[in-house]
Amino acid sequence: MASKNRIKMSFPSGSENVAIARVTAAAFAAQLDLTLNDIEEIKVAVSEAISNAVIHGYGDQPGEIEFTLSLDGDRLEFVVTDYGKGIADIEQARQPSFSTDPERMGLGFVFMESFMDELAVESAVGKGTTVRMAKRVPAAPAH
Amino acid sequence: MNISTQIRQDVLIVRVEGELDMHVADEFRQRIDTALESGVRHVLLNLKGVTFVDSSGLGVILGRYKKVSAAGGRMLAANIRPQVARVFELSGLLKIIRTFGTEAEALNSL
Repeated sequence: MASKNRIKMSFPSGSENVAIARVTAAAFAAQLDLTLNDIEEIKVAVSEAISNAVIHGYGDQPGEIEFTLSLDGDRLEFVVTDYGKGIADIEQARQPSFSTDPERMGLGFVFMESFMDELAVESAVGKGTTVRMAKRVPAAPAH
Repeated sequence: MNISTQIRQDVLIVRVEGELDMHVADEFRQRIDTALESGVRHVLLNLKGVTFVDSSGLGVILGRYKKVSAAGGRMLAANIRPQVARVFELSGLLKIIRTFGTEAEALNSL
C-alpha cells in the first residue's frame, strides 16, 4: 500500500465540479483501509470546502480552484485554495449558524471541523482563502 | 438528482434520488416550492435514493421545514440511509424532522 502520494488538481469554480472533487477525494482516501463512515465524512468536508470557494470565494464569478490531496503514512490532507474575495473575519465565519445567506445553514465549517481531525483556514480579503484539513486514519489491525 | 412528487390528501410526498449538494440545490428548492403551491399541509421526504447530502442540501430542507411549519404543517422523512442520517443528525435537523423506516409508517403518524 502506498504510504506517500499526492495529487494536485485545478478546475474552474462551478457547482458541477463540487461532486467531481469529492468523488476524487473518496477515491484518493480509499488507498487507506477506511470505513464507509470515514469516506462519507471526507466527502462531506471536501464538498463544504469546495462549495465555500465557489459560493463565497468567487460568488459565482469565474475563478480557479486548486485542490491538493496528500497521503503521508496514516495522514490524509486536503487543501482547497481560491483566489477570490477572502474572509474578513475567520472566527466569525467558523461559528455554527453563521451564514451570509439566509437560505443556507452556516454549517460548512462545522462539518469540516467535526469530520476532520485538523482544520486551518488562512484568508486575506481580496486575495483569497486556503482551507487545509487533515484526517488521521489509524492502521487497520492485521488479520 | 431525480425528484418526483405526489400529493396524497393533504401530504406532499417528495421522492428524491441522487446527491443533494449546491449543484442541485436550486432545482430541489424550486420543485418542492412549486408543489407546495397546490395547498398541501404536510411534507414527507422519501430519501431512499439519496446517497449524499451536505449543508447545501440540508439548507434547502431546513428552508422548506420553516415554510411548512409556519403554515401549521409537519415535515417528515422516510428511508434515510445510515451515512446520510449521520449528516442530518449533526446538523440538528433530526431534532425537528421525525424520521420513519417507510413512507407508510410516516403517513400513518399524521
